Amino acid sequence: MAEVAAQLYRTVRLIRRFEERAIELVGLGEIVGGIHPYLGEEAIAAGVCAALRDDDFITSTHRGHGHVLAKGADPARMMAELAGRSTGLNQGRGGSMHAADFSLGILGANAIVGANGAIATGAAWAGRHTGTDRVAVSFFGDGAVSQGVLLESFNLASLWKVPVLFVCENNRWATTMPVERSVAGSITGRAAAFGIPAVSVDGMDAEAVFEAAQAAVTRGRAGEGPSFIECHTYRFDAHHTFEHKARLRYRSNEDVAQGRSRDPVEIQGGRIPPEVRSRIDEEIEHQLEEAVKFATSSPKPSPGDPLEFLYASGLRARTGVSNA
Amino acid sequence: MPRLSYLKALGRAIGDEMERDPTVCMLGEDIGVGVANVTPGLLARFGPDRVVDTPISEQGFTSFATGAALAGLRPVIEYQIPSLLFLVFEQIANQAHKFSLMTGGQAKVPVTYIVPGSGSRTGWAGQHSDHPYSLFAHVGVKTVVPATPSDAYGLIVSAIRDDDPVVIFAPSGALGVREDVEYADLKPVPLGVGRVHREGTDVTVVAVGHLVQDALAIADELAGEISVEVFDPRTIYPFDWAGLAASIAKTGRLVVIDDSNRTCGIGAEILATAAEEMRLAAPPRRVTRPDGAVLPFALELDLACQPNRDQLVTVTREVFKSGR
Repeated sequence: MAEVAAQLYRTVRLIRRFEERAIELVGLGEIVGGIHPYLGEEAIAAGVCAALRDDDFITSTHRGHGHVLAKGADPARMMAELAGRSTGLNQGRGGSMHAADFSLGILGANAIVGANGAIATGAAWAGRHTGTDRVAVSFFGDGAVSQGVLLESFNLASLWKVPVLFVCENNRWATTMPVERSVAGSITGRAAAFGIPAVSVDGMDAEAVFEAAQAAVTRGRAGEGPSFIECHTYRFDAHHTFEHKARLRYRSNEDVAQGRSRDPVEIQGGRIPPEVRSRIDEEIEHQLEEAVKFATSSPKPSPGDPLEFLYASGLRARTGVSNA
Repeated sequence: MPRLSYLKALGRAIGDEMERDPTVCMLGEDIGVGVANVTPGLLARFGPDRVVDTPISEQGFTSFATGAALAGLRPVIEYQIPSLLFLVFEQIANQAHKFSLMTGGQAKVPVTYIVPGSGSRTGWAGQHSDHPYSLFAHVGVKTVVPATPSDAYGLIVSAIRDDDPVVIFAPSGALGVREDVEYADLKPVPLGVGRVHREGTDVTVVAVGHLVQDALAIADELAGEISVEVFDPRTIYPFDWAGLAASIAKTGRLVVIDDSNRTCGIGAEILATAAEEMRLAAPPRRVTRPDGAVLPFALELDLACQPNRDQLVTVTREVFKSGR
């Protein structure tokens, strides 16, 4: 268990520092378009992905850096993707909201809230269809649980006993909308209504998330169908980095202070020996220093062929100029 | 020689591909029984794991198919009603279509969407009678509108084998077309290649889907007066511009008959491209649905919104006489 504790700490710390470094690069103009920081929610990605194998699938969200890193993506290529470089995971074609690494089952982050649940369900179904015991995880926030297509995917998953794990990151704020004003009934009640076993866990505690995810993954691999985990967490930073300039007043100082009072990095850090923690911290600083260097020194894609990859079949689109 | 109906051609193409490739599976509403008369027999042949009757959750099962495709399957979806494509536009245009580019070429989404009975089905009124193929061409989704049974067969086979999403419109007005054909002669028809159904030297009539039969009929009617060449693009996107250019090089005159609403319909694109890039002896014309058409219920009103033979005859004569 000591190894697991250290591994979970490494992941939460990596995500925390990755996001902080990425925010710096947003400020410096190296990352255009900004990011949706995952700060405060690190324990969820770390705990869930620790229960997965490399060949399992995940689908992620606009606030997805943590999921992608926790599933094992290379931080340097991830940072390069955010910076729009041709060395990025998606060769600069996806950016912050679409990072993917299919070699690790990362089927992409999705910028439409609630859209990835059906995709994960289909991928998990296909995994079983082809005779494997792979599972899929769909990550989404509290803002997604009122989207129709997500609820449709709960129904399909439960009907067909699909090995998919729905993970709701309830950070209490959908952009500026508090969960109390957007969710009638309860979040776990939505899953329960479709016959999906649902639990609520402390999303600030990587080990608690890990245990719940392990149980769900075991259930999925055994052919018993989908599971649902609601993780209670808090978004420490902005909905999006544009808020760093446009100060939006939707959360009180008390709300923020209360939300930040439990920090997943500190909680997990307190469970490992200090010398192990400081060694991991140093390694991560070095790793991210290299990642930032790699990203900012990598070439930008050539603008001559902006629609390369549009068609998997290799079809080329007409250009926007007649006879060109 | 067997007489192949258009509907049987659809079912035969899907069945042959399922036989050939175990990754092909079929999803849709009431397909087990075969309410749309495309899929009878497939459930008995391939079983419920490959012929999947879905609940009425079009958005859910459309993205479910995307996920299954990302995980290696080649799903075929049947929609019972053409207007359902509006409901799943996000899932096709904004999800399935975008994965290849957004992931920098990591992903392919080989899903085939079939709409048997697209366009007006007399008496089905406003929400069952749309023909939105131009909408898919506009966003760059491969879009096919076969006019004959053997083309329907061959284009579906190619669509299923294609690595990109493909939408196939099987017009209601074409479902009654029959063709004498040896089954052994049925073969794949490549996407993006048009077909000259009748050669002519005076006017090129481009006809889409079921309107090919109308174009052939008026070509007969006008024979002796005007030599009409009937060009069927078969695939709306990508369009066979070279095939069209070859026809116009002969005739120098162009008429399009297109069951789209007028503004931004494929007819508009054909006229624009011909005007920009081809030598025309007279201004090109098009016969379409009116702008913004919502098909009214009463038969007279429904028919008044659809392009017809009389209009095509008039316009073809005018184009033939103009510009000399």
